[in-house]
Amino acid sequence: MKLVISIAGDNLQSPFDARFGRAAAFCLVDSDTGAWTAHANPALEAAGGAGVQAAQFVAGLGARAVVSGAYGPKAYASLSAAGIAMHLAPGNAPRTAADVLAQFQAGELSQAQAATQEGRH
Amino acid sequence: MMKQLIVLSGKGGTGKTSVTAAFAHLAAGGRLAGQVVIADADVDAANLELVLQPQVLETQPFQGGQVAVIDQDTCLVCGGCADVCRFDAIIERDGQYLVDPIACDGCAACVYQCPTESIHMEPQVAGKSYVSESRYGPLYHANLDPGQENSGKLVTLVKQRARLRALDDDRQLVLVDGPPGIGCPVIAAASGADLALIVAEPTAAGVHDMQRVLGTLRHFGVPALVCINKADIYPEGAAAIETSCRADGVATVGRIPFDATVATAMVAGEAVTAFRPEAPASLAIAAVWERVLASLEAPT
Amino acid sequence: MRIVVASGKGGTGKTTVATSLALVGGESVRCLDCDVEAPNAALFLHPVLDRRQEVGIPLPRVDTALCTHCGKCAEVCQYHAIAVLGQTTLVFPELCHGCGSCTRLCPEGAITEHLHVTGVLEGGITADGLEFARGLMHVGEPMAVPVIRELKRWPPLRRPALEIWDAPPGASCPVVETLRGADFALLVTEPTPFGLHDLKQVVGIARELKIPAGVVVNRDGIGDQAVDAYCADQGLPILLRIPMERRIAEGLARGRSLLETAPDYRPAFQALLAAIQDRVNAEYAP
Repeated sequence: MKLVISIAGDNLQSPFDARFGRAAAFCLVDSDTGAWTAHANPALEAAGGAGVQAAQFVAGLGARAVVSGAYGPKAYASLSAAGIAMHLAPGNAPRTAADVLAQFQAGELSQAQAATQEGRH
Repeated sequence: MMKQLIVLSGKGGTGKTSVTAAFAHLAAGGRLAGQVVIADADVDAANLELVLQPQVLETQPFQGGQVAVIDQDTCLVCGGCADVCRFDAIIERDGQYLVDPIACDGCAACVYQCPTESIHMEPQVAGKSYVSESRYGPLYHANLDPGQENSGKLVTLVKQRARLRALDDDRQLVLVDGPPGIGCPVIAAASGADLALIVAEPTAAGVHDMQRVLGTLRHFGVPALVCINKADIYPEGAAAIETSCRADGVATVGRIPFDATVATAMVAGEAVTAFRPEAPASLAIAAVWERVLASLEAPT
Repeated sequence: MRIVVASGKGGTGKTTVATSLALVGGESVRCLDCDVEAPNAALFLHPVLDRRQEVGIPLPRVDTALCTHCGKCAEVCQYHAIAVLGQTTLVFPELCHGCGSCTRLCPEGAITEHLHVTGVLEGGITADGLEFARGLMHVGEPMAVPVIRELKRWPPLRRPALEIWDAPPGASCPVVETLRGADFALLVTEPTPFGLHDLKQVVGIARELKIPAGVVVNRDGIGDQAVDAYCADQGLPILLRIPMERRIAEGLARGRSLLETAPDYRPAFQALLAAIQDRVNAEYAP
């Protein structure tokens, strides 16, 4: 299935970016085949509502799930409405999107039950 | 683990910037030496640079919002744009419709309304952001051009850069000088903070505004401490603040006396604790700093 | 005549100066506190606030029975305040500027607007018989400008000969909204580097809005001469100096207005008002 991982770079070996709304980019991966594409985040420079814009973008890519570090209230509401599962890769240890993909495939990632942080403007 | 401390007040002029500059100086001389990144989130009236004497390394134009522009050559002068504008930004003068760039909110309603597609939106350069090196550490700051919309976008940019620098350099603290008020610049500045220090003044106006900013921080889930500046102007007022904070479960972390040295240090372009470490205000601020540090370092 | 008291830097004494001016202005004065995030003028004028009106932003509400999720609303919204995700149309009130585009452009007519309250206007008569009004933005709301805009539109009870408006600190959009339409901008500063830096910002706005300006130097004596030099260089008249006096600060701390603590300042404020009126009349003389 199509999965999106927030990254600070432009490929699957790029560092994982724990921000969702203001992630540098998103890596769209087919979790079954491993095929991937990278997309710059259009919400990066948004004045407000970056989470909303990022959610719309990710939904437009056809993602069914997303992995990030935290989801603000607007991102959470938007992704929920779109029916996109929100996974968390918590902790501060540096890792690549490929590492996170492996964790997802091994079923090691939990799902966010609510917005995990207060809105960041 | 990297933490963010923001200095706020509610009311303007209570001493946020003077206290932040002093904290930067004290941090650089203590166990956080080399561990701090400083950010001035008051982009509307960025004063921290006046006492940190930074050397600007990078300047970038800041694109704020957008403004509508009417192509007079294709305009039919139908007035539809003025009818839909809710911001009084389109005026008719001498048989032409013109956009007032100061009033324009950037909503583009006029663009969608125009029957001949004669209106387009143009991005506006609304200010500049800077990366600097100051005597106490890297400083991220910005200047919003006068009259521009202070939506929080530039504040967010300044803070994000400071935060990323702290992560890249593996520094422990981002120290943020906040803006006055309780609206979007404050919300943008305070979001993501691990701790807020409110610099209150024991005046009727100061108490009123302190409570409004405390309410705002509570609304957004940011824990707060309160210190009282110019406390000796109204000691009963200071005591009243301490009592009401205690009742609200907010810790007060010290009183700072009114001290003319603060203004003198400002004129000299220095933090008061660097200018005259034995001045009454300097000693009091140093004591507040120790308490703030203890709170920051306490396990959450 | 409308005089707006602004500053740039917070805490220089706008409210002190604005309320003092109002108190020497005579019977037909209306004082407006436009610092809707942190209004303080009422603490010194003691109005009986018996008028009240909730204000806010016209917020879109989507009728899900009519909505086809075409996404037109999201496409036209410049603030990402309305978004179509899956089969749901979401509205984010804190991002909405109330421009009306989504409502106007929905092809199904599925959107109507409702008042999203972000603040309240309060007004009444003060202990000295002046008319007073203020805006109070609700805690947690991001945008001051819509509340200020509504306050400006609120009809007065009486027809005042003189309006004295207390502006918010800073030099961004809330200050611009307050200053727009003023006959005179009275800029209160303190003679320090912070005061000067921020004064320059607000002078920039007054110039852009083409409003004549003058300066009050408050807490004179605490810093240096740079503000004086700047004003001389810019042709900005310094219309009043208030020296640093602890008794005034202590009075203000206790909620006593400057004129209550120091009635000896009455003539100075009367002269200030007359000086401003002279300048405005000269400005608009045929």
